[in-house]
Amino acid sequence: MISLAGRDILHTWGKFVFTGVGLGLLIGVTLVMAGVYRGMVDDAKVLLDNSGADLWVVQKDTLGPYAESSSINDDLYRSILSLPGVHHAANITYLTMQVHKDEQDVRTMVVGVTAGNLGMTPGWPTYLVAGRQLTRGHYEAVADIATGFKLGDVLKIRRNHYTVVGLTKRMVSSSGDPMVFIPLKDAQEAQFLKDNDAIWQGRYRTEANPAFNRPNVPDLLDAIIASQSTNSYVNAVLVTLKEGYSAADVAQSIQRWKRLTVYTRAQMEGILVGKLIATSAKQIGMFLVILAIVSAAIVAFIIYTLTMDKIREIAVLKLIGTRNRTIASMIMQQAVALGVIGFVVGKITATFSAPFFPKYVLLVPQDTIVGFICVILICIIASLVAIRMAIKVDPAEAIGG
Amino acid sequence: MNPTSLKGRTLTLLAVIISLLVLFIYVALRSGPLAPVAVTLTTIESKPLTPSIFGIGTVASRFTYKLGPIITGRVLRIYVNVGDPVKAGRVLAEMDPVDLDARILSQQATLKRADATLKEAKIRQTYARTQMQRYEALFDVHSTSEEIATTKRQDFLIADTSLAAAHEDVARAHTDLDALLAQRNSLRLIAPVDGIVTLRDIDPGTTVVAGQSVVEMIDPKSIWINVRFDQIATQGLTQGLLAQIVLRSQKDHLFQGHVVRLEPKADSVTEELLAKITFDALPKPLPPLGELAEVTVDLPPLPARPILPNAAVRKNGQTVGVWEIINEKLHFTPIKLGSSDLNGSVQVLEGLNEGSRIVVYSEKALSSKSRIRIVDKIAGTVK
Repeated sequence: MISLAGRDILHTWGKFVFTGVGLGLLIGVTLVMAGVYRGMVDDAKVLLDNSGADLWVVQKDTLGPYAESSSINDDLYRSILSLPGVHHAANITYLTMQVHKDEQDVRTMVVGVTAGNLGMTPGWPTYLVAGRQLTRGHYEAVADIATGFKLGDVLKIRRNHYTVVGLTKRMVSSSGDPMVFIPLKDAQEAQFLKDNDAIWQGRYRTEANPAFNRPNVPDLLDAIIASQSTNSYVNAVLVTLKEGYSAADVAQSIQRWKRLTVYTRAQMEGILVGKLIATSAKQIGMFLVILAIVSAAIVAFIIYTLTMDKIREIAVLKLIGTRNRTIASMIMQQAVALGVIGFVVGKITATFSAPFFPKYVLLVPQDTIVGFICVILICIIASLVAIRMAIKVDPAEAIGG
Repeated sequence: MNPTSLKGRTLTLLAVIISLLVLFIYVALRSGPLAPVAVTLTTIESKPLTPSIFGIGTVASRFTYKLGPIITGRVLRIYVNVGDPVKAGRVLAEMDPVDLDARILSQQATLKRADATLKEAKIRQTYARTQMQRYEALFDVHSTSEEIATTKRQDFLIADTSLAAAHEDVARAHTDLDALLAQRNSLRLIAPVDGIVTLRDIDPGTTVVAGQSVVEMIDPKSIWINVRFDQIATQGLTQGLLAQIVLRSQKDHLFQGHVVRLEPKADSVTEELLAKITFDALPKPLPPLGELAEVTVDLPPLPARPILPNAAVRKNGQTVGVWEIINEKLHFTPIKLGSSDLNGSVQVLEGLNEGSRIVVYSEKALSSKSRIRIVDKIAGTVK
């Protein structure tokens, strides 16, 4: 028995393959769109993974440190360390800012990490792709490869210069900005220290205030100015737990006795995915749905057109007594073949184009499988319309017209 | 239909489909979660290690002299400007004496008056003595009454006492004058050592309170660096160690120095240790006080031990270790780390031997199930 569908495809294979490729590009875009959504969620998750923390201790009643600003004193970690179940507690600061290198500047999230036991202190980059971890307490940086910085580059953050000593990968903020890790003390300075002009103006203002500048207390002004230019705040304390302790229990004891807000990993993920990126994720999701509907409509239209192109041949087939089932299966086979080609081309283009997107595009196998099933279903449903047309055709048309 | 052309078409279509399929399989296996993770390896070697400690500090002077009046007063003249080199003993500024000179003149007059009173007392006492001696002689020959003789003796004793009082008055007037002159002297602010003037806070005519500084000077030979080291990385820091100093204004110039003092009191708020570093040879020109300096202190070298780059250290659960390649498979080996240097080398105390092959860099976080692909360098990291 000969395959009618195969024969027909061979007959016009160029047209068929090119239609498949065109369809593939459309499917590719849809897959990329799903990848963009997955990428956003993944950005939020890697942020939490990379911090290496089990608990996030933040300012009371805030959603910090990622979704809201939070600031707590930098010596609070000591009292947290003394609670049962706490293995490590480390200060951390996060600040999204432009980092300058020569003429260019890059949007990054500057992370201030506490010096501590190598490998154990939460907040540090968990793996590197080049260079080394920070060893000096000042003026060194480990940058994400997505910043475009290389080893040995000198970055400018506020007024200080930092040498890039290490590179890492996939260390991003929840909005996808690559991270730059610098020592905590420098980061505290970068976060809270004003620029020089503001400092000078601040000094003048203090000097002009008669309450602070008293002739009979000459040292008062110096003391006040000194107290204005110090910063002892951080955004959060990252806590890791000892084995055998439950995150919820330790979190509860910190909330209760230290009167701070504490989030566990699950709660933090809820905040990031459910609150921080919720609207943009919905936006992408909406777009994905529209794209899927448009793709389905186009697939249906293509198959319909392909069938209408050979309506005369179908009429001939009917005339020579071919059964409806044979014709229907021919159209459906072609539609499915078109879908498969389209899907394969789509998957390939999506994979190769993903790295070129400025933000992370994550193509997960589940999406691919669901996508494949959807494409095949859409093709089958679309072919039903064409089959109906083909079956309704009058065999007389083959000789008429 | 021409059978050859049909065969040709079939072949072309097959070629297209097969190449697409091959590409698809490649894509499915080489990207996403199934793709192998690119890693770089290194072999553990034993090497000596020179640990060092890094800190930042500011240029400061060991001795700062803040010169100001001991009583509240008005500044009359200032003879120096900031940056002037001065010798010990030079008058740097003068306070307005206001009425002090007049009081000295008055005191001098008082002294003269006391002198005159003394003279008068002396004359009175001499006269009283003569009178007493005369009447005593007359009384001896019974030419005068005893009462008169007794009166004359009393007169003499009174005159003698008055003379003693006049002497004390003169001494008091002298001391008062000395005190005023000393006060007058203290209105001159005099350089206690050779040095340079660093601050001239006040201009003539300003009233300053007692103890407020008018001129500040330092001894340039006593310039050192007040350094702060993070407490966590100061093991082995002792007095006398060699230090390299980089001033913020001279990034490419390395100055040599030594740790002269470790402060017995650390800063409990910033969790830093404080130390003082002196320059072996003072930079010329002198760095301004307060300039930022980066200090690297070299500790004594440690004997050779297995060493690994700090980028290889990973965390697995609550354990610190490295990903070792055993029988071409990833295996997480817990390790105990020792000292480290500033270039990222860490000593391994336990867990690894020389010759072990470990993962240094990886594209992603690793797990024991990760498939790996060994490369020389991770893509995108080279210039």
